[in-house]
Amino acid sequence: MYAVELIIVNKDGVRDPEGETIKRFVIEEQYSGIIGEVKAGKYVRFLVEAKSKDEAESLVKRIAEEKRLFNPIVHKIIVRSERVEDGSP
Amino acid sequence: MRTAVLKFPGTTCEEDVVKALRLVKAEAEVVKFNSFDPDRYQGVVIPGGFSFGDYLRAGTIAANSEAMKGVREMADQGKLVLGICNGFQILVESGILKGALLPNLKLRFITKWTYVRVSRKDTPFTRGIKDVLLMPIAHAEGRYYLEDEEEARELAVFQYSNPSGLVVEEVNPNGSVQNVAGIANQAGNVIGLMPHPERASFSKLTPDGSTDGLEILRVFGK
Repeated sequence: MYAVELIIVNKDGVRDPEGETIKRFVIEEQYSGIIGEVKAGKYVRFLVEAKSKDEAESLVKRIAEEKRLFNPIVHKIIVRSERVEDGSP
Repeated sequence: MRTAVLKFPGTTCEEDVVKALRLVKAEAEVVKFNSFDPDRYQGVVIPGGFSFGDYLRAGTIAANSEAMKGVREMADQGKLVLGICNGFQILVESGILKGALLPNLKLRFITKWTYVRVSRKDTPFTRGIKDVLLMPIAHAEGRYYLEDEEEARELAVFQYSNPSGLVVEEVNPNGSVQNVAGIANQAGNVIGLMPHPERASFSKLTPDGSTDGLEILRVFGK
């Protein structure tokens, strides 16, 4: 079984006010100059029965595209996974 | 015309929309999303609210429903489709209208009366109507985005403006490109807008007694 993580963030060039606010009001006072960019997004985790890491990730990518879990006009996705025994993180 | 007012779990504005539609003599009724038969209607309105709790993103879950396949059929057949607020978000998320509606630039839920300029009068909804309409907005995710600003301007039917119809950045409430408040498809039979025409349809409920929302809804009474 694979735990596949789908992360949805705004594409470069599409402003992300949530990330901007976290950077400006939470981080910058103390860590100014060290933290370049902060982006906020959505995180969705799937437990997938699959034979390989590739198969698990491709399936989640396909679901994300078919079911429009992200809007390609404004978002990009990051898909990553790891093998798990019983689904616990 | 026979008009369905679609109700998803979390839709809140359906009764107001039906009342406003009946004022313009439309044969309107609320239809639950899981018992919607598109062949029975000439028009459909997707009202505002918080369908499926706005989980993931406003409109995304509803966009995946069977009901929206029916709405797409109607759109393709040239029937009238109107999405208001959350309904606009659903139309965009289902790809029936182009673009995206992002969280407001200031990340706050905004509720206020806005003027919009009617920028396209080549749609059945806007043919022959006034140049500037007064309607309220109430949303957290209304920042219209399309990478190609020129295209956004072409699709735009309503743009936030000042009372005389000038589209200026100062009155842009949410950071939409080109002050877009509403767009149509190329054919003009599908429109989505963030302002609520049904809340600008009863003179006792508007700040100046106007009923500009009815101007847009009138087409359903034909």
